[in-house]
Amino acid sequence: MTHRPDLEAIAALPRLDGPGSVVPIRHYGRWASAVLVAFLGGGYLYLLATSDNMRWDVTYDYLFHPAVMSGLWLTIQLTVASMALAIVSGAMLGFMRLSQNPVLRSVSWWVIWFLRGTPLLVQLLFWYFLASLFPFLSLTIPFGPTLFSVDTNSLINQFGAAVLGLGLNEGAYMAEIYRAGILSVDKGQTEAAQSVGMSRARLMRRIVMPQAMRFIIPPTGNATISMLKTTSVVLIIGLPDLLTSVQLIYARNFQQIPLLAVACFWYLVCTTALTIVQSRLERHYSRGSRVEGGLDLVSLLGPLLRPRRASREVRP
Amino acid sequence: MTVQPSFEAGTTLAPMVVARGVEKSFGAVRVLRGIDLDVMPGQVVCLIGPSGSGKTTFLRCINLLEKIDRGLLAVDGRHIGYRVGRDGRLCEMTEREICRQRRDIGMVFQRFNLFQHMTALENVIEGPVGVLGENRREATARARELLKRVGLEHKADSFPAELSGGQQQRVAIARALAMRPKLILFDEPTSALDPELVGEVLDVMRTLAHSGMTMVIVTHEIAFARDIADLVVFMDEGQVVESGPPAEVLANPRQERTRKFLLSVRGEDGHAR
Repeated sequence: MTHRPDLEAIAALPRLDGPGSVVPIRHYGRWASAVLVAFLGGGYLYLLATSDNMRWDVTYDYLFHPAVMSGLWLTIQLTVASMALAIVSGAMLGFMRLSQNPVLRSVSWWVIWFLRGTPLLVQLLFWYFLASLFPFLSLTIPFGPTLFSVDTNSLINQFGAAVLGLGLNEGAYMAEIYRAGILSVDKGQTEAAQSVGMSRARLMRRIVMPQAMRFIIPPTGNATISMLKTTSVVLIIGLPDLLTSVQLIYARNFQQIPLLAVACFWYLVCTTALTIVQSRLERHYSRGSRVEGGLDLVSLLGPLLRPRRASREVRP
Repeated sequence: MTVQPSFEAGTTLAPMVVARGVEKSFGAVRVLRGIDLDVMPGQVVCLIGPSGSGKTTFLRCINLLEKIDRGLLAVDGRHIGYRVGRDGRLCEMTEREICRQRRDIGMVFQRFNLFQHMTALENVIEGPVGVLGENRREATARARELLKRVGLEHKADSFPAELSGGQQQRVAIARALAMRPKLILFDEPTSALDPELVGEVLDVMRTLAHSGMTMVIVTHEIAFARDIADLVVFMDEGQVVESGPPAEVLANPRQERTRKFLLSVRGEDGHAR
């Protein structure tokens, strides 16, 4: 049996009257979780802030300690230099992988195979101990005279070995990021570029890469942030980066946690800066496309940080 | 099957496109099984036929987006993609030579393929400035003129994602025209459009046809083909089944396969434009 209300009853139903005219649904789960998080998180922060064992005064004292500062500076230098090498070598390997030249393609395949297949630590040590394999690096004309020769250890010092190891290893991963980014651009773009007579090099530069950058930047940002922290492995060849400097200090004064907090503070500062750079780059390359979400600190921190001339985006 | 150009006798013009026995396979699939076709300068040729008949593949061969396996395919009197060596054998062209050939052959794609990161205006000037080395200011002025010709001067600064399909396709036509091509290829230019947007694109193409541009069009718009084509070519299973003026091929097809195809198309689209 069905009950059919009459037209008058339906017409007499209350109507919507714009926003605010209806009683919103109550999200009890959200309230409950907020209370729980406030209780647990607040309690933990309270403990941290007030605990006598935490020794914030030590953290504060060492925040700008010269050893920490020089460690931080080394970490930044290593990150920038290694990522620069990774981006350049990754681009070369990536383009070689997609080349029409079968020799370049297979060379790239094997180099990536090796760099990704062996531990970073081993590669780092390999560059460090290169001198024991080749004590001198020489430029020689085949079957002719030597043009110049140089002591390997003077050419590749600790910093050089660290950058070569970190940069080339990351470059192998970057190559795959480039390759995926380039392949993600619609093939029609290439065909259209060809149909107006563009050469492969030109269509890569003008048409494919600007569009591929949107796919390349987020994983590159990840890689850079990851590199920032991976640089601490240079401890193995005796370079005092941020984490190593901090460890050296707490080895003397046994204030492990407060000093690790110092390291965390600086790592977070660097990561935040990188995130801002990343979202600006993403904004720049989103030209002509809809804006994707993501960690958009720029809009989070407000107009203070907003680039003066934001590139135009298409609103859906 | 030789195709007679529908040109008045006495013309001494060489054909713009000459195809003789063009064959092409994708793996084991024989897509083109010996295509013969002449396109005279200023002629508008419509390729029609069921999907999978090889029309699009043949069109793509004309500007070397696909390579043919056998036969002769020449544009403006020269092999497309090959030059004749001293010993008379064909030699593959270098990339530079291929690019030079493609400059003269415009192409309009089914899915528009506008450069997504560039505005409509930038799409149009990219070829003239980047490839032909034209002065940017002059190229911009001409691009605006071309956009006006396709009725989109007010959309010069819009990105492709901000334009409707019909508008995008009109920008794509302007982009092809900006290269001052001798020939424009259209690959189902209205197939990806909403029905109400088809007309605006066909209007632009019609004007272009009347201006004397040489055009090869793969299309499903039978009524449009009847309207503007000098030559209609019906293809099926990689061969030219029948060709001639629209009054013959479309109104009085001699081949049974052509008749069947036209009937099936009309069945779906009885009120064709």
